[in-house]
Amino acid sequence: MQSLSNRAKKLEKKPMNFSERMYLPAIFQGLSITMRHFFKKKATIKYPEETRPMSAVWRGLHVLKRDEKGRERCTACGLCAVACPAEAITMVAGERKRGEEHLYREEKYAVSYEINMLRCIFCGLCEEACPKAAIFLQNDKVAPARYERDEFIYGKDRLVEPMPIQNQ
Amino acid sequence: MESTEFLVRSAVILAVFGITLLIATYSTYAERKIAAFIQDRVGPNRAGPMGLLQPLADAVKLFFKEEFVPANANKFLFIAGPSLAMLTACMASAVIPFGNTILIDGQYINVQAIEVNIGILYIFGVVALGVYGIMIGGWASNNKFSLLGAIRAASQNISYELAMGMSIIALLLVSSSLSLRVIAQQQGETLFGISGMNWNIFYQPLGFLIFIICAFAETNRVPFDLPECETELIGGYHTEYSSMGMGLYLFAEYVNIFVASAVMATLYFGGYNFPFMYDLGLPHNLVTLIGTGVLFIKILMFIFFFMWVRWTLPRFRYDQLMNLGWKVLIPLSIANVIITAAVILISEQGLPW
Repeated sequence: MQSLSNRAKKLEKKPMNFSERMYLPAIFQGLSITMRHFFKKKATIKYPEETRPMSAVWRGLHVLKRDEKGRERCTACGLCAVACPAEAITMVAGERKRGEEHLYREEKYAVSYEINMLRCIFCGLCEEACPKAAIFLQNDKVAPARYERDEFIYGKDRLVEPMPIQNQ
Repeated sequence: MESTEFLVRSAVILAVFGITLLIATYSTYAERKIAAFIQDRVGPNRAGPMGLLQPLADAVKLFFKEEFVPANANKFLFIAGPSLAMLTACMASAVIPFGNTILIDGQYINVQAIEVNIGILYIFGVVALGVYGIMIGGWASNNKFSLLGAIRAASQNISYELAMGMSIIALLLVSSSLSLRVIAQQQGETLFGISGMNWNIFYQPLGFLIFIICAFAETNRVPFDLPECETELIGGYHTEYSSMGMGLYLFAEYVNIFVASAVMATLYFGGYNFPFMYDLGLPHNLVTLIGTGVLFIKILMFIFFFMWVRWTLPRFRYDQLMNLGWKVLIPLSIANVIITAAVILISEQGLPW
C-alpha cells in the first residue's frame, strides 16, 4: 500500500556480517554511551537543601496581606468565597470596635477566615476577585503535606501575614 | 627471625582478609553510585558524607530483619547454603600475590597469605565449590523458582568453567608455571625496553577476552545473571532468603567479583608490576609498596568494569547463554590453545621443515 506520509522506512533484513556477529563492536558502542551518561550533569535537585526556582506567576499558598501601617486589609466582603469554584473559603464577618483601628483598616473585618487546602485548586480567582488587594497566592510557598485532614484547614493564624517588626 | 616472619605473615593474612571484606562492602556502595551516575541520578548521599556510611546502614538494616525459614525447607541446608557461598568466596583471595616481597632483617617475606605452587588450580577449585552454596541454598528452599535458579547456576558455571580452563591452559603454556607468584614475577620482566611491562595481555589477548567473559558468567553478573533473574524467577536461588542469609549471598557475589578482578589483574595485567618499576632506583620495600598500590588500582578498575557492563547490557536468554558458552567460547579457547602451543613450539625449535 502506498504510504501517505512518505516517512515509513523500509526495513532490510540482511544476514549479519562478521563484525556484527561478533557483537563486540556493539557492546563497546553501548559502553561508550553509558560512559557519556556517567559524566553528564545530573538532573537531580537535592530537595530539602535546594529547591526548584518557581516562576513569578506561580500560584502557591495563600496569604492575607496587611497594609503599610500593619492593619489587616480584608473586610470580609465575601467576594473571594463567591468567586471560589471549589468552595474552599468560608469566613465570619465582625464589626470593628473602638480602639481596634490599628488592627483593622475598615470598620468591618473577618473574625474568622478559613481556607480548606484540600478543596482549593489554586486557581487564583480569589486573588482576582478581591477588591481590597487582601488575598494573594505566594510564588515561594506551597501547602506542605500533613498527616491529618483537619490540619489542612488554614485559619487566620496561618494565613495572615505576620506583623512587620517595627509595629510590634 | 622466626617471630618477625610470623608477625609479618599474620599481619599480611589479616590485611588481605580485611581488605577483601572492605572492598566487597564498598562495592555495594560503588555499585549503587555507578548505577545512579550512568542513569543520570546522584545515588545514595544521605548516610554520612556523600553517603559513605550507606553500606553500614544496609548491614544494620539486614541484621534487624527477621531470619525467615520456610516451613518445608531443610533448615540445616538452608543455613549452610549462604555460609558456604561466603566461605568459598573468602577462601579464594588467600593465594593471590598482593605484592612482591618485603625485606626485613635481610629476609624476604612474601606479601601473600599463602604461597602454593598450584595457586591457579586452588582458585579454580575454590571458585567451583562456590556453586555448591547456590545449589544447596536453592534446593533447600523447597521452592520451584529457587530450584530453577540453582539449576541454572550450576549448569552455567560448569559450561563456562570449561572455556575458562582452556584459556588458562594457553596462559600456562606461556608462563610454564601454576604458581600465581611465579606468573606475576615473570610479568615484571622487560618488554619493549620498559621494565615491568612483560604483561600476559600482550601474549594472550584472545585468552583474556575469553577469560573475562567467563569471569562474568562465574560471578553471576549481568549479562549472565540468569540464576537470580528477577523477571523470570522472582529472585532465583535467594527468593526465600531474608535478613543476613540474603546479605551473605549478596556479599559473596561482591567478594567473588573482587577475587575475579584480582585474578585477572594478576594473570593478564601484570599483577603488582608497573612500568619502569626497576628503572626508578627506589629501595626494594618502597617498590613493593607502590606495586601493591598499583595492583589495587588495577583491581578497582576491573571492579568498575564489572559494574559498568552491568548497567549497560541486557540479560541473555538461556539458550543464547548456552550457545555462547558451548558453540563459541569453547571452540575459540581450544583454537587459542593450539595456536599458542604451535607458536611456542616453532619459536623454540624452529620450523619443522
